[in-house]
Amino acid sequence: MASAVIRLPAEQLDRALGHYRGAVAAKRARTAVGLAVLAVAVVLAGIAGEVDLQKFLANIHRLPVYIWTLLPSLSWNNLGADLADWFWNLGGWLSLLFDTLLIAYLGTLVGGIGAFALCFLASANLERRAWVRILSRRFLEFCRTVPELVFALLFVMAFGLGAMPGVLALAIHSTGALGKLFAEAVENIDMSQVEGTTATGAGWATSIRFAVLPQVMSNFASYALLRFEINVRSAAVMGFVGAGGIGTDLMVAIRKFYYTDVSAILVLIIATVVIIDLATERLRHWLIGWEHA
Amino acid sequence: MSTLRETALANAAALRRRQPDLFERRHGGQALAAGVIVAMAALAVFAFWRLDFSVLRFGSGLAQIAHIVGSMFPPSPGPHLRVFLHALAETLAIAFLGTLLGAILAFPLGLLAARNIIPNIFAHFAVRRVLDTVRGVDVLIWALIFINVVGLGPFAGILAIAASDMGSFGKLFSEAIENTDRKPVDGVLSTGASSLHTVRFAVIPQVFPVIASQILYYFESNTRSATIIGIVGAGGIGLHLSEQIRVLEWNKVAFLVLMILVTVAIIDWVSSRLRFAIIGRSAVVLQ
Repeated sequence: MASAVIRLPAEQLDRALGHYRGAVAAKRARTAVGLAVLAVAVVLAGIAGEVDLQKFLANIHRLPVYIWTLLPSLSWNNLGADLADWFWNLGGWLSLLFDTLLIAYLGTLVGGIGAFALCFLASANLERRAWVRILSRRFLEFCRTVPELVFALLFVMAFGLGAMPGVLALAIHSTGALGKLFAEAVENIDMSQVEGTTATGAGWATSIRFAVLPQVMSNFASYALLRFEINVRSAAVMGFVGAGGIGTDLMVAIRKFYYTDVSAILVLIIATVVIIDLATERLRHWLIGWEHA
Repeated sequence: MSTLRETALANAAALRRRQPDLFERRHGGQALAAGVIVAMAALAVFAFWRLDFSVLRFGSGLAQIAHIVGSMFPPSPGPHLRVFLHALAETLAIAFLGTLLGAILAFPLGLLAARNIIPNIFAHFAVRRVLDTVRGVDVLIWALIFINVVGLGPFAGILAIAASDMGSFGKLFSEAIENTDRKPVDGVLSTGASSLHTVRFAVIPQVFPVIASQILYYFESNTRSATIIGIVGAGGIGLHLSEQIRVLEWNKVAFLVLMILVTVAIIDWVSSRLRFAIIGRSAVVLQ
């Protein structure tokens, strides 16, 4: 194989290398400036966040110790009794978990209905009046920007302790989050179908029923299922502010250092979340397949 | 005048014979939809019953809400403006440091969990399950746990956000790394580089924009988390919010909520500008 390495003339090479070094130096300078800004931000945040590295280093050994004490003492030859001891309140916890799932379900359902009612008013292709659109969009934004736990705290004051404030808080937050997604789905539809139904003399409701809904329904269902997954996680901590579900028991267990209870409840919550995630994923794939069939 | 409709009606039988599909009513789909709706409604009724919903309580609660919203105006910080601003700064610091720490901890885990970097199936399976478990625990639960470890205060909040982000980032980073092009890696390997060199010169340049935009995205969402983390005592503005709600100082509550909304909006705006600057407007970060 004939190979001749072509060398550039010296002055051309120098010029090219000079350009290369200049480019590398400029890039390095940009990186250095970026790192310096980051470092300043870290120091400022460290001051504002009361980071005390000495305290941290003096206490860091407690984390593995804490996690170690969370683990129950299980032994092979006495596994059944040990497990029964670990999950001593299994019935009560499962009942609370069931409540948590129902809170998430109701929150998603009510929120989905609210989002469904508002999404057509917030989408630019179906709503011609700008003020209606802007008003409904701002409302949805407000619903999803205020954290659901804040709503839950407020509702606990208004409705009293229990699952009801939790459901309402999740419902409001879901209305905001789903309303935005629903409106985006509606904005992406093929408008020729709406024109078709309008041409037959159909009104607003009929057009939505026969031209819009068939195009967006599977999207809506898929988004609602995703939101249900998220709401299951949120519902598990609603109890921290007294808004029902398993959170209350978990918080009491953590605060009162009932170590093995903490790990037992966490295991149950994580298992539930994983099962719900898998189930809704199946359902969503089935929905997508059903739509394309 | 013979309309299309009359012609069609006259030929109905022939049309029906030629296009049987169009005339067939699809009862299957409708029955299924009706069944799903009935089942969902029944479950909702059962849930309302089990969770002790009552119209009476709902009504009196709504009256309470109306009263509360009425007494929220005008929103005012009272004499606590300085304290609230300090708490807001603390909240931002928690979100920033938590996100950064989570990302730094997650990067090596992301490499370990990526199939193309660590070919050992057991290693990345184990790392992934650990990440799943960490991610399955809500940030508020982490906050409670870290309060037990480092005491009340913002530091617990930083660690809580870092822990829960570590799980999410580990997964996202490993996916980004698995989606990298193999060719730059081969190119670097052909110069006689070690596997660490390939990570530095072939993998990181490819994943850096994706990772940076994911970190910014999480910083946005962590600003929201950091506002509520104080409710359980892990620092930030949430502590004041829950305190003012408990003592029924609704003007201050309204002011705090407004502060949160404005801050979140500003952070969203800044970070989406930065994200677009890093990855370009067309690319979308998928969750």
